[in-house]
Amino acid sequence: MDKENRIWQWTSHIIMIALSAACILPFILLFMASITDESAIVTHGYTLFPTAFSFEAYEYLWNQSSQIFHAYGITILVTVIGTTASLIMTSLLAYPLSRKDLPGGQTIAFIVFFTLLFNGGLVPTYLIYTQVFHLKNTLFALLIPWLLMNGFNVLLMRTFFKTTIPVAVLESAAIDGAGEFKTYFRIILPLSMPILATVGMFQALGYWNDWNNGLVFVTDPDLFSLQNVLNRIMSDIQFLTSNSRMGTTQALAQLPSETFRMAIAVIGVIPILLVYPFFQKYFVKGMTIGAVKG
Amino acid sequence: MTTITHRNKRRSLRRFIPLYIMLLPGLAYLAINNYMPLFGLSIAFKDINFRKGLWHSDWIGFQNFEYLFKTSDAWLITRNTLLYNGVFIVLGLAVAVAIAILLNEIRNKFASRLYQSVLILPFLISIILVSYLVYAMLSMDTGFLNKTVLPALGIDPVNWYNEPKYWPYILTIVHLWKGAGYSCIVFLAAIIGIDPEYYEAAKLDGASKWMQIRKITIPMITPVIIMLTLLGIGRIFYSDFGLFYQVPMNSGALFSTTNVIDTYVFRGLMQLGDVGMSSAAGFYQSLVGFVLVLVSNMVVRKINKENALF
Repeated sequence: MDKENRIWQWTSHIIMIALSAACILPFILLFMASITDESAIVTHGYTLFPTAFSFEAYEYLWNQSSQIFHAYGITILVTVIGTTASLIMTSLLAYPLSRKDLPGGQTIAFIVFFTLLFNGGLVPTYLIYTQVFHLKNTLFALLIPWLLMNGFNVLLMRTFFKTTIPVAVLESAAIDGAGEFKTYFRIILPLSMPILATVGMFQALGYWNDWNNGLVFVTDPDLFSLQNVLNRIMSDIQFLTSNSRMGTTQALAQLPSETFRMAIAVIGVIPILLVYPFFQKYFVKGMTIGAVKG
Repeated sequence: MTTITHRNKRRSLRRFIPLYIMLLPGLAYLAINNYMPLFGLSIAFKDINFRKGLWHSDWIGFQNFEYLFKTSDAWLITRNTLLYNGVFIVLGLAVAVAIAILLNEIRNKFASRLYQSVLILPFLISIILVSYLVYAMLSMDTGFLNKTVLPALGIDPVNWYNEPKYWPYILTIVHLWKGAGYSCIVFLAAIIGIDPEYYEAAKLDGASKWMQIRKITIPMITPVIIMLTLLGIGRIFYSDFGLFYQVPMNSGALFSTTNVIDTYVFRGLMQLGDVGMSSAAGFYQSLVGFVLVLVSNMVVRKINKENALF
């Protein structure tokens, strides 16, 4: 390797290592802060190298854990139901639109596409879901508004069906007497695993990370998802204790507030870090998958 | 004769009934989630009275808009939204392109993939968790900056959550931190797709690496850059609500530099209960947003038909 190349290699590595560190260090800071002794934090603040360790925050969290587990349950439930329903609805809408012979297909595709250009925004959407459909403080509020299906994914899937499933396959299925639903389940879905995985993963991430629907539509703590609990604790550190079975004053007196904040954030980050390695390739694929056309 | 073709047509239409049934759940959802709110935009011209209901409240013409544009807020939130998004588009693209070029230079494929994985990580966590990470950095009494970094530089601690002047920088850094690693994937894919023969020929002519990047790589990915810029401009009236609401922790002292149209609409509706004002601001956003999407798409079409959305 000549000198110029070597310089490029070195600079590239150095810059990328610096950027990677910038991405990772906040997480490490969060973790170290969560296992620091509360009194050490008062004097030294959150640091990467704590002077005194303590698992007090996690013990405290464990004692208050019923609400955390409940919130985890809500998040998992919403993610599983939402992602499944979303994939079914998206593919059911995308498949007929991928058929060139469907009368009115163009018009319907435009109806789907138009939702990407123009939307009503927060206020009318909020009023319609609360005043007309009465979704406030129901589980549906976490599942349906905004997240369930979007035109972009429908058009993405339509393009995939159009370009990867040969018309000949569909024709021969029709000649063999397979109905449309049978074709959809037996041929379309099995041949479309890559796009289903990609869309499903983005939907799952969307549901898992969603806090907006909870913030807008839910005031009942029993329906709080993990993100909503995290959100509440940020502004109201006493949120968990006020719902505690322990006496409130007793619970408050023991609250290691600064480390506790960090510990609960660690609990929120861990699931993402655990599943990330398995899904990474789909993220990269999802970003580069075929273009969407109206 | 006509009756036969008529019957044939009816029979062939019947063939499509299962397909139309498949369309129903999705179209019903779009009707509820997208089209009803679109008609609901009319509430911006109404005096909402919940006893009369959404559709039967009294029309008041442009009164809500008059109130909105009389306040200094209207100008402030428009300015903030446009400036932040403008900066995000320019810096976001520049950083993402730079990362993509460097990643592509790295010979060691394992290292390059590892860097990429790490850089995508911030994209995966919710903005709520991002606000926790930012808090760990910026907290007045316990934050990493005030307790570790600033003392080392001999600077007095800063009350970050009360000082609006720092937030344009903080929000820009957080935005880039969260998104740059992810958006560089598009450019990396475009760079990998460039025919290696260009580089071979350039090397034979004795072109330096820097020259190759300037004269081959950048021109080859320019269509992608232009397209993403125009798409960004089409969405310049919409901002990342979480970034502007959660990361500054809804701190009132920071509104002069953190309030954007989305946060204004949200606070108006959820915290102040001022439906008229926030629906007027929302209507303003939807309408200008729609026009901008159409215009930017028209420009894309002019440049390259292939890249246009429609």
